Amino acid sequence: MKLRLSTGPHYLSRENTQTLMLDVLIALVPTTAAGIYLFGTQAAWVLAVAVASAVVCEFLFQKLAKRPVRIMDLSAVVTGLILGLNLPSDAPLWLPAIGSAIAVLLVKELFGGLGHNFMNPAMLARGILLASWPARMSVYLMPARVLGTTNVVPAGADAVSAATALIRPQGYEVYDLLLGNIPGTIGEVCKIAILIGFLYMLFVGTVTWHIPVVFVGTVAVFTWLIGGDPLKAVLSGGLLFGAIFMATDYVTNPMLKVGQIIFALGCGILVSVIRLTRAYPEGVTYAILLMNILTPLIDRLTTRKVYGTVKKHA
Amino acid sequence: MPDKKVTMRGVFVNGILNENPIFRLVLGVCPTLAATTSATNGLGMGLAATFVLLGSNMVISMLRNLIPDKVRIPAFIVVISTFVTIVQMLIQAFVPSLYESLGLFIPLIVVNCIILARAEAFAAKNSVMHSAADGLGMGLGFTAALILLGSIRELLGNGTIFENAVFGANFEPMLLAVMAPGGFIVFGLVLGIINAVVNRVSAKKGAQA
Repeated sequence: MKLRLSTGPHYLSRENTQTLMLDVLIALVPTTAAGIYLFGTQAAWVLAVAVASAVVCEFLFQKLAKRPVRIMDLSAVVTGLILGLNLPSDAPLWLPAIGSAIAVLLVKELFGGLGHNFMNPAMLARGILLASWPARMSVYLMPARVLGTTNVVPAGADAVSAATALIRPQGYEVYDLLLGNIPGTIGEVCKIAILIGFLYMLFVGTVTWHIPVVFVGTVAVFTWLIGGDPLKAVLSGGLLFGAIFMATDYVTNPMLKVGQIIFALGCGILVSVIRLTRAYPEGVTYAILLMNILTPLIDRLTTRKVYGTVKKHA
Repeated sequence: MPDKKVTMRGVFVNGILNENPIFRLVLGVCPTLAATTSATNGLGMGLAATFVLLGSNMVISMLRNLIPDKVRIPAFIVVISTFVTIVQMLIQAFVPSLYESLGLFIPLIVVNCIILARAEAFAAKNSVMHSAADGLGMGLGFTAALILLGSIRELLGNGTIFENAVFGANFEPMLLAVMAPGGFIVFGLVLGIINAVVNRVSAKKGAQA
């Protein structure tokens, strides 16, 4: 008989990285489907290249670095897919390929692989792409197709690039903002699909409500305070997608609930301020990245007092 | 330190390879990041610093027995800033385009820590000719590093090396490479690769011995 000696915890659950990532992928299915439906096959290609590049880069790096190859944990697939959903549908295919390579190699593997990156890989990759090819990244195409009946005319074959709905949210009906009949990146336009994914993740326990709700709530309150339309501010741009799928990344947000709420408050305020100054088309990327950097500090501020220790007097 | 066995050639090569100021000592990172937006800027900054290093190392070495220990740092700075002023005027007179693009970073050579470090660690303790070899070696090592980083950043961020187009007209440059974050990223990656190579080489040497 083989006796195993190990320190606790001894409880085994069915949860591991792979099942968690699979749940996130399932939650992303509605968004992905809506994006491909709205923007057509070009969007499907962008997503496919982003995922393939992420997986291939991770495999090659782990082979070359003689680390265990862990592409089966699906985290590279999730990173690639989230990055792809953050790109405009007319992106030339080298853009998702380079973006995923940056996300996996530069942001994740060079810092030690899964769990050691200090920023969300897909988010930083998007930030780098935005800084490097601003003309490619800040074009927001009107979807080629329309969901539901609406007064918005689909742009059709000769799609004109429009400013993101953020610039003039009052120009779109709440109905269109919800369904995704607005210009934007592949994954951010259809809010219904994003919310379905969120409900799924809440149901299976992949994420808790704290970060997304506080994040979005802060933006709504801030917008209301400065006299904007809170509902439209929440429904336009990449706020919902970022708050639900990117701010909730396990690795790069604080460990305790208190910390997570501070993190989400910070994200919300930063998004509102960046949107207000209009220096960039959207502030969600930079807001989340800045708060990612602050995460270790928030963790230090919010650690619980260990039982039995005496507070140090400086 | 002033070992008689150390040859001039050894001191010179040491500055370029074993103790390359950028990649082995990691000194002078600020001018490195600022002046490597193109290969030309890197070359200009490198040669300007080499001139100052050569001059200041020689003069400080000549004066090494005259400078009182307590005021040596201000004395070094006076010598260094003399040479920096000379090089600044020369660049302004003969290469105005370089003067435009390097701007503030030319007078800032005064506080370049490579130059002060070599004055303190080498020139103040060694003969004039050794100090000259050290200044030249360190300077050229610095220049080589700047040209390497400048070429990589210019290639990625502008599609050119020394203003010669490398890629076809369809190439869309990665603007980030010539911006500040790109400087940090490229520097970090090159530093990492060089460390990996050095570790591998020294591991091999250790295995043979």
